[in-house]
Amino acid sequence: MADMSREYDVLVAGGGNAGLCAAITARQRGASVLLLECAPRFFRGGNSRHTRNLRYMHLRADKIMTGAYPEDEFWEDLLRVTQGNTNEALARLTIRMSADLGSWMTAHGVRFQPPLGGTLHLGRTNAFFLGGGKALVNAYYRTAERLGVEIAYDTEVHELNIQDSVFSSAVVLQAGSSRKVKARTFVAAAGGFEANIPWLKESWGEAADNFIIRGTPYNTGRVLRVLLDKGVKPVGDARQCHAVAVDGRAPKFDGGIVTRLDCVPFGIVVNRNAERFYDEGEDFWPKRYAIWGRLVAQQPDQIAYVIIDSKPLGQFMPPVFPPVVANSIRELAHAVGLAPDGLEATVSRYNRAVRSGTFDPTILDSCGTQGLDPPKSHWALPLDRPPFYAHSLRPGITFTYLGVSVDEQARVIMADGKRAANILAAGEIMAGNILGKGYLAGFGMTIGSVFGRIAGKEAAAHAVR
Amino acid sequence: MPFADPVTEAERLMTICNACRYCEGHCAVFPAMELRTVFPNNDLIYLANLCHNCGSCYHHCQYAPPHEFSINIPKTFAELRAQSYRRYAWPAVFSGLFERSGLASGAITAVSFGLLMLLSLGLVGPSVLSARHLGGGAFYAILPHDLMVVLFGAVSLYALGVLAVGFLCFWRDMGESPAGWVASAPFARAVWDALRLRYLDGGADGCTYPQEAPSRTRRWFHHLTFYGFLSCFAATSVAAFYEYVFGWEAPYGLWSLPVVLGTVGGMGLLIGPVGLLWLKLRSDPEPNRRDQFPMDVAFLLLLFLTSLTGLILLALRTTPAMGSLLVLHLGFVLGLFLTLPYGKFVHAIYRFAALIRYAIERSRPVPRTGQE
Repeated sequence: MADMSREYDVLVAGGGNAGLCAAITARQRGASVLLLECAPRFFRGGNSRHTRNLRYMHLRADKIMTGAYPEDEFWEDLLRVTQGNTNEALARLTIRMSADLGSWMTAHGVRFQPPLGGTLHLGRTNAFFLGGGKALVNAYYRTAERLGVEIAYDTEVHELNIQDSVFSSAVVLQAGSSRKVKARTFVAAAGGFEANIPWLKESWGEAADNFIIRGTPYNTGRVLRVLLDKGVKPVGDARQCHAVAVDGRAPKFDGGIVTRLDCVPFGIVVNRNAERFYDEGEDFWPKRYAIWGRLVAQQPDQIAYVIIDSKPLGQFMPPVFPPVVANSIRELAHAVGLAPDGLEATVSRYNRAVRSGTFDPTILDSCGTQGLDPPKSHWALPLDRPPFYAHSLRPGITFTYLGVSVDEQARVIMADGKRAANILAAGEIMAGNILGKGYLAGFGMTIGSVFGRIAGKEAAAHAVR
Repeated sequence: MPFADPVTEAERLMTICNACRYCEGHCAVFPAMELRTVFPNNDLIYLANLCHNCGSCYHHCQYAPPHEFSINIPKTFAELRAQSYRRYAWPAVFSGLFERSGLASGAITAVSFGLLMLLSLGLVGPSVLSARHLGGGAFYAILPHDLMVVLFGAVSLYALGVLAVGFLCFWRDMGESPAGWVASAPFARAVWDALRLRYLDGGADGCTYPQEAPSRTRRWFHHLTFYGFLSCFAATSVAAFYEYVFGWEAPYGLWSLPVVLGTVGGMGLLIGPVGLLWLKLRSDPEPNRRDQFPMDVAFLLLLFLTSLTGLILLALRTTPAMGSLLVLHLGFVLGLFLTLPYGKFVHAIYRFAALIRYAIERSRPVPRTGQE
């Protein structure tokens, strides 16, 4: 049991990847460290427990990765997905400092494996954690405990005492009562606010009630809110979040990876009014699935249905929930609650527009529609072989972009441009500095690991000084 | 938590796991799962027996209970394995022994001992039983040579036959070609994987057993048990060779090959089972089925006691206690062999069959199930 009456050198808010990297690093540099995790032990680790890989720069193939991934290519990938919404200095720092992550992580208990089935396209750039993110989280907790980091579960940072951009103590909630915890430095690693529906409603209105949160319900953004209220300079678009289309029957929170649906390019997607609304075959699914969350969020009631026939079965990752099955489009419409006439009309209009080509899911093939709005550019085959299958789709929120501004030492920057002396930030709470838009597989963990280590180092240096 | 139908539960779990695949590096189960999109009963039994119960997929699962998906592969598969042991027991009337392993092992061993004692008393008499016997053929003074050969030969053949029937029925249900398991390359790979307990390591640092931290302790204890057993088996084989080829009769000298092999193996069978029991008592109750402890414990205890009585016999074989100790030791040996096909030992048979099938599956081209 952590002793919260003493003053710690370093107080870390958040027990995910970034917080753990910070706590371990600070402790190794001689600081006394208290790490607060607001989840119970089982659900510890924030969204890190749902991750499975991380991207790091490397100049040659190694035991884990199949080829080189140099700084410039990494930077160009980032520039492309963010469309320039990034801080180049921080981004290049992250990329360069990611180079030794593989060995650092291995030394601290994380194990790697070759890319998972169906993810070979990431085999050169991303290292996969053996057993996934929870195995990584478990390994870091074991390392932290062995080093003497004090850990308190079910403990939420609720308030921060900050005067003139200097942190002195935190007010924490534990088992219904609040208490003050003093520390010489504070590391904010408590994630984003994607699980805070009222906050999401500020941007999305009532539609947010229909969002599914793919990760932990504990990312309420409390620490982020407090820091912004205390005058820390925000970064990233407060109105945006990363959203993918997930199975409509997914749990409200914590459904993670398994709720994704990979069959969109093989069929058509209609909204509640049985109308198509976007090109399902625009590009490969891994490149496009991230836009479908937003697309579905803009539809009435934030729901859509993907409809396929029997031809493509077995060509996509098996979905976790069984589809609705029917022998005709009409029956299928009845079964999922769509207007039968409307769905039949949409399907027959689509079927008539399909132009014959050579179907090949591995390339941008020649099967497209003609004279259809919106078109389906590739992999368009008529829906004509029963039985027909339907899955419902909902927006699945992965993370939010709003965060606190930081400098190269992970110190938070106040609205007036001043650096906070003893407040550092790492992980999703500051990822918006670097990933201001879009998504790059495994990059969130890169930012968390690099800035976690920077924050731990700086926090220890400041506290022990 | 007992569930009504482990088959339905296993099918539910595999559907979720197949959409996740994070555990694919831990063992053979998940790569085998990825070769499938549907999970009929026999495939689930195959996957359950391919599982070495290392626990990694439970401790590393973001969906393990209390998550609402409540994924607990080790526990569900343990139940499925127990079902398959009963299903392939021959004759079927003995399948109930799996559920009463402790009682059955105890009773059968006691009866074995009693029977041997009565035979010895009846055939050679109490005064011979309690006298000192030295030199070649001393053991046959207690139980006549032909009786030993017939009794232990018959029991060994029975055990072997029952295990073979189980193996063949299991193999038939897996749907591979009837003689497919003799295919040389996959068979050799399965032997190699079994001998080094390849999948009892979580894919890297060891099983998450008895608790969440990976450890190789269990594999070492299992190795001691398995190779101890093998060494004792080798001791018996060498002794038979000595007797029938060279005409040298037991007991043999302390530095003779049968005694050295038996002593070394016997030590393994003392330390290994005790270690495995010690770990078992400290094991996390969530991924492990405590209700299967009697089956595991009965087998481990029988191994331990067989070895212990054998080593005591070795130590005291020149004293008048030799006769009673020999009968006691042989009582345990007989009990062990009689219960071999109806207890924990059968895991070796079905897991080995599953490993062969896995090696065969891996030697085929892998179907492509698209990208995510």
